[in-house]
Amino acid sequence: MLTRRGFLKGTTAAAVATASTGAFIWPRGGWAQGAVKVGILHSLTGTIAIAEASVVDAEKLAIEEINASGGVMGKKIETIVEDGASDWPTFAEKARKLLDRDKVVAIMGCYTSASRKATLPVVERSKGLLYYPTYYEGLEQSPNIMYTAQEATQSVIAAVNWLAQNKGKSFYLIGSDYIWPRTTNKIAKPTIEKAGGKVLGEDYIPLGNVEFASVINKIKAQKPEVILSTVVGGSNVAFYKQLQAAGINGKNQALLALAVSEEEASGIGTENLEGFLSCMGYFQSLKSGPNDKFVKAFKAKYGANRVVGDTLECGYISVYLWKMAAEKAKSFEVPAVVTASSELEIDAPEGKVKFHKANHHLWKHARIGAFRKDGQIDMIYESPLIEPNPFPKI
Amino acid sequence: MSFDIAVMQAFNGLSLFTVLALMALGLAIVFGLMGVINMAHGELMAMGAYTTYLTALIFERCAPTLMAFYLPVAVVMAFAVTFAFGLTLERSFIRFLYNRPLDTMLATWGLSLILQQAFRSLFGPREVGVPSPPWLTGAWQPTSGISIPLSRLFIVGLTVVVGCALYRLLFGTRWGLRIRAVTQNRAMSGAVGIDTARVDAVTFAIGSGLAGVAGSAFTMLASTGPVTGQQYIVDTFIVVVFGGVESLLGTFLSAFTIAQMQSWLEFMLTGSMAKASILLCVIVVLYFRPAGLFAAKVRR
Repeated sequence: MLTRRGFLKGTTAAAVATASTGAFIWPRGGWAQGAVKVGILHSLTGTIAIAEASVVDAEKLAIEEINASGGVMGKKIETIVEDGASDWPTFAEKARKLLDRDKVVAIMGCYTSASRKATLPVVERSKGLLYYPTYYEGLEQSPNIMYTAQEATQSVIAAVNWLAQNKGKSFYLIGSDYIWPRTTNKIAKPTIEKAGGKVLGEDYIPLGNVEFASVINKIKAQKPEVILSTVVGGSNVAFYKQLQAAGINGKNQALLALAVSEEEASGIGTENLEGFLSCMGYFQSLKSGPNDKFVKAFKAKYGANRVVGDTLECGYISVYLWKMAAEKAKSFEVPAVVTASSELEIDAPEGKVKFHKANHHLWKHARIGAFRKDGQIDMIYESPLIEPNPFPKI
Repeated sequence: MSFDIAVMQAFNGLSLFTVLALMALGLAIVFGLMGVINMAHGELMAMGAYTTYLTALIFERCAPTLMAFYLPVAVVMAFAVTFAFGLTLERSFIRFLYNRPLDTMLATWGLSLILQQAFRSLFGPREVGVPSPPWLTGAWQPTSGISIPLSRLFIVGLTVVVGCALYRLLFGTRWGLRIRAVTQNRAMSGAVGIDTARVDAVTFAIGSGLAGVAGSAFTMLASTGPVTGQQYIVDTFIVVVFGGVESLLGTFLSAFTIAQMQSWLEFMLTGSMAKASILLCVIVVLYFRPAGLFAAKVRR
């Protein structure tokens, strides 16, 4: 029951609380004058945290380095980390919070295409800026998103051509059943035909599936020279373990995966991966000044047994690309930063890459390498810089 | 299709049958006895998998020469850990929710989320690598064209052992007699002096222990991560519901039917189409036989 005294007590307490938070916010607001806010929006919990949580580490590292060397145009970066919780509406909600309440000037975030598609309308409506660090299927170009990883054509075409030249002309395509593998294979098939090869079989397994015995038998029955895999996530562990158990390994079969990086290696078991191929934009083992510096800094901050992979590196350079664009534009305003990003070049751990003139994607190298016994990848082939083409005509 | 492939495909069906049976046994006895739908069954499997991982780590540190024999120890450890966890869980949590099936579902689902996040906080979001002992890697090749994966043979063997042990327990011991009595008629069992609360606790613990054994064995086939349990839980439920609750034989038969369908359909169609066809078939069967394909005939 609401009594007068209780009501008075309640309101007084509320008033005191407001006053004290107000007093607390005041100096904070003043301090924020010398800082600029950047949001990080990835899944720290839920099913996708498996791949996404470590990207946050790379982005935080980049921000820390930038702050240590004086910030952006004299302003320190204040980081606000939000958890998308592997839930697409949550991504949209947190993006809205970052943009409208926290007024961040840029967001580094999203991993799956589903989370990006959920965030896109929010970012466009609030005229925010999102840096997206994951390789994906393309078919998108938002004025408010910068794509810092490879879209599908930038890896699969180079991979297929190299395989057809070096490993054989008969292909078996296997992938998880969702948009990225299906789009990738849609690009792969005409490319294989153009290279004089043929597709013996094409198979999709449900996401999270862990039974590959029948698929492996199908592969055995078809005897393809090359297996092109777009299997993702935990299914890969089952896929490689069961291949090994069925007697298919890196020595007697060419298998190239488009979604297995160094980061997945320890979970899959390095002995199951040895000799199999991977196509990525970046490998930890690349020899270059910026890469040595990046890997060393990452290990120093997070532990010597941590490994970095393609998406981590893309997250890391996303922060730098934003910083460079802001400095070039001499502004944190989104339109100015986007305009300044056109043809912006960075000396990244993966080599010199630059933004396309118009389509918000990066010119990238495709690299093919073979897994070593320790889970690292030895590079075998490096393509020249490939123009991003998010809307391929097939 | 050549003869070799046919042989291997037949073995796949058998192997998948044992995998499904191992997954579903624990859930089936808990469901059958108590009517508790344990949504955290998958996470108990993941707990078994992580126990296996930890056992492997301990062997690697303390007794690297015995590394080849760690797996049997790990299976027993997985049973022990999940058995103890199940017992605690039943006593502290589940027993307050009997006769409230919807609440139990919600509560155990919440528990599964808590466990997932606990695994993530303890072991990190990435999968951990569980080493296969050397005698389980590779394949047995009776002829040059046929290769039978050893890890799958191991699981077939393990399921036979677990199945026999469970049969012996249920039909050869006083405990089994009590469990069966309570399953058939709880009120009457209580009236003749069976401590039904204790039977519930032990049965739930055994069900959890079986999940742990399954989780431990599956580290040889698939991943060990915070969401590993989610990869199995749907199949497990399908097997139990399709077979008809309250009937262990039904669970076995249903596992066999689904395994054969899945492995042959996967071979002839694609993986996704196979899954869709099986779900369709389950829906049709449940439409005509709501209690499951092999439900025991009981008077209601």
